[in-house]
Amino acid sequence: MDAHSHGAASQALDPERDTFPKLVRLNAERRPRKIAIREKDYGIWQSYTWRDYYEQARLIALGLASLGFRRGDRVVIVGDNRPQLYWAVMATQALGGVPVPVYQDAVEKEMEYVVEHAEARFAVVEDQEQVDKLLLVRRACPRLERIVYDDARGMRAYSEPFLLSLAELQEAGKKFEVGHPGYFDAELAKGRADDVAIICYTSGTTGTPKGALLTHRNLLVTARNAAADDGVGEDEDVLSYLPMAWVGDHIFSYAQAIAVGFTTNCPESASTVLHDLKEIGPTYFFAPPRIWENILTSVMVRIEDCAWPKRRLVQLFLGLAQEIERARLARRPVSAWRRLLYPLGRLLVYGPLRDNLGMRRVRRAYTAGEAIGPEIFVFFRALGVNVKQIYGMTEASVFLTIQRDGDVRLGTVGAPIRDVELRISKDGEVLYRSPGVFGGYYRNDQATRETIVEDGWVRSGDAGFMDGDGHLVIIDRAKDVTRLADGTLFAPKYLENKLKFSPFIKEAVCIGQARPYVTALINIDLTAVGNWAERRNIAYTSYTDLAQKPEVYELITQEVTRVNLSLTEDTVLRGAQIRRFLILHKELDPDDEEITRTRKVRRGYIAEKYVALIEALYGDRDHVEVEAKVTYEDGRTGTLRADVRIREVAV
Amino acid sequence: MSALSQAGPRPLLEVQGVSVRFGALLALNRVSLQIGRGEIVAIIGPNGAGKTTLLNVISGFYHPYEGRIAFEGRERTRLAPPDVAALGIARTFQNVALFKGMTVLDNIMTGRLLKMRGSFLLEAVYWGPARRQELEHRAFVERIIDFLEIQAIRKTPAGRLPYGLQKRVELARALAAEPTLLLLDEPMAGMNVEEKEDMCRFVLDVNSEFDTTIALIEHDMGVVMDISDRVAVLDYGQKIADGPPEQVRKDQGVLDAYLGVSHE
Repeated sequence: MDAHSHGAASQALDPERDTFPKLVRLNAERRPRKIAIREKDYGIWQSYTWRDYYEQARLIALGLASLGFRRGDRVVIVGDNRPQLYWAVMATQALGGVPVPVYQDAVEKEMEYVVEHAEARFAVVEDQEQVDKLLLVRRACPRLERIVYDDARGMRAYSEPFLLSLAELQEAGKKFEVGHPGYFDAELAKGRADDVAIICYTSGTTGTPKGALLTHRNLLVTARNAAADDGVGEDEDVLSYLPMAWVGDHIFSYAQAIAVGFTTNCPESASTVLHDLKEIGPTYFFAPPRIWENILTSVMVRIEDCAWPKRRLVQLFLGLAQEIERARLARRPVSAWRRLLYPLGRLLVYGPLRDNLGMRRVRRAYTAGEAIGPEIFVFFRALGVNVKQIYGMTEASVFLTIQRDGDVRLGTVGAPIRDVELRISKDGEVLYRSPGVFGGYYRNDQATRETIVEDGWVRSGDAGFMDGDGHLVIIDRAKDVTRLADGTLFAPKYLENKLKFSPFIKEAVCIGQARPYVTALINIDLTAVGNWAERRNIAYTSYTDLAQKPEVYELITQEVTRVNLSLTEDTVLRGAQIRRFLILHKELDPDDEEITRTRKVRRGYIAEKYVALIEALYGDRDHVEVEAKVTYEDGRTGTLRADVRIREVAV
Repeated sequence: MSALSQAGPRPLLEVQGVSVRFGALLALNRVSLQIGRGEIVAIIGPNGAGKTTLLNVISGFYHPYEGRIAFEGRERTRLAPPDVAALGIARTFQNVALFKGMTVLDNIMTGRLLKMRGSFLLEAVYWGPARRQELEHRAFVERIIDFLEIQAIRKTPAGRLPYGLQKRVELARALAAEPTLLLLDEPMAGMNVEEKEDMCRFVLDVNSEFDTTIALIEHDMGVVMDISDRVAVLDYGQKIADGPPEQVRKDQGVLDAYLGVSHE
């Protein structure tokens, strides 16, 4: 592990404040009354101060200690974003244990893999749903000793002796403390900056998940550096609505929140996020491109439903703002009359719309994970929402680059934050080195060796280059940039993103490696196309039915043609235009393993599963019959039969 | 009270030899049914067997021309629906009966009406005890909203919701009355598999968390067999079987009724 610590990585941290639990205690002393975390429950925002945060986590830790918790034990944490689960993370760390958050919608099989691989002794989960899954998992993983649940609802009939509620655990903690005064403080003091703070299992676009080991130092230094570089202060409010198992949420809602001392807000339920967003009005917001896309789509759908005077007005001003923003991003001057009209637009359209979306107070909003459509990016920036791209990954404790205020431009992901070094390998792959670089994958030395190369440089897996101003540009996943049979360069993700910029296309998979031409499998966006169909009086029953309507094919053909047209401007990639496509009869779904839980396409799996469709795309028939296996949310499977059309597009 | 109910196994609801006649049609013919405290009882039977009529008799919407009904040991054959509701019996309807223009929250609040006391004047100015009372009821309703996981539609007009959710809101309104006995008329009709599973779980949770006794009419045999403690089968206005699900499933009379053996 010494091999990849260099200058900045070994920078000294005050031993009084070098772990997250120590920092929480510090927050509890310094700002006891400041709100640390809020949760909407029973329709009301319930607040917990830093003192509450510390006290609650302390009792959980003591409760765990009463169950025989030993330093180094792993604790699986599963559930929606809840204060109680963040406290459990801190409680685990305070005792020198390692929290292992798991995606809350993981099916039993996926959960079993993590519990088994991490050799977890304890689990702290949200509710009955997760308990049920873990009860099944436990049969295969007897090492899992105790399961603690927060929400007692529906749990009355469970008699398993290894189940207990969080309230019971905290009660046990109080009793334990009577017999062991000073135990918690002693354990807390034993924590070191280089202890593992968390194991984040990557959702794994290829093969089985890998557990990245991140230390307190990794997370703390990176969180602080990013905050300092982008002016994040202690008066921020974030909405924590992305899965706790994802390193991004861990950084924003836990690491940075504690290191900087700002407030985390937990929505009422997954389905109320957009509403809660409006109520909280976060100042610091993160959303992956698909969420920005969803918000934009819902705005567009609502605008379409307006009466025409209102619609015309909104369209006029949105058009104006986007022209101004495009000019600004391209460093072009903005004409005087446009500058004069902008305040009127802010009064009539941008302000109210931003307020309605809950983005009135946003000082900075990040997007990352995938390329964001320029239309979407420009739209939100035009409204006055300071959306910026960042680039990072689990193995780097998230932050590598950020677009700084006043230096935002289309197509780049910004410049490196302090202490981060970037280099491009001779194969065009982005390599990085920083204090945030992880300590390797848990129990997977081979993967670690493949990722961390010489001198602590880490392979990102992305192909990219640095532009003239020191900004990083990402082209695609390094292994995904390939060539057609005739040697033409082909970047599938680049094409897919262009397709997905259309509001009607939700997901796309482009195929072309060692093939004569490029083809695409497309998923339509049910909301947008459904609305479009309704307005044209096209009746449909289901996704499958709508997807195969000739009118819908006509619509998507126009979108594909638009993408092909935009490719002609690109000298390198102009040869890789889409010749034939089809609209899939079902939506790509993580339950069917076609996309990951973070909605990244699993190319290899799709190529295997839809081999008949892909062969048909390279044949000359104009339709193909398919049978597909679908997995319902309860884990049962069924088959879906459909006749899928294939359409040619002008190149 | 609880000592009494433990001492003597007196059922919560006793229906004895009840008959209902619509003109020449004998909708219920001397039907007897007992429902014990904490039970989930399913009432099944072919179309027109008299299931809904039986619920209507229990809820006081119809009055039987013979037979008697006792609730918590007291005779109450001829009470009107509001009085029945005041006793602690709430219901949902086969065809959803919500106030379509009102929000989900307001719909559920109407379920609390029977629990509200106070003067019209104080409520009009929302002052003093009226305000306190409103807040208490709202807090209770919020617990139900949380319980049935309908937070996202709290402020949505009920009429704009899909059918499955309307059914859930109706259940919420019935629960708001804190009933001892809950009557559900086809709570899962017209739902897809996933919605049915959710509803099953809610019914079981209501039963265990609120100690509510439940009588439900349902056509989906899978659901009935899964969640009920006891099944009563009606056919042509008569009860032809009553017992645990496994037993009823094998009953020859029940099989005949469902397979349509002639009644001559």
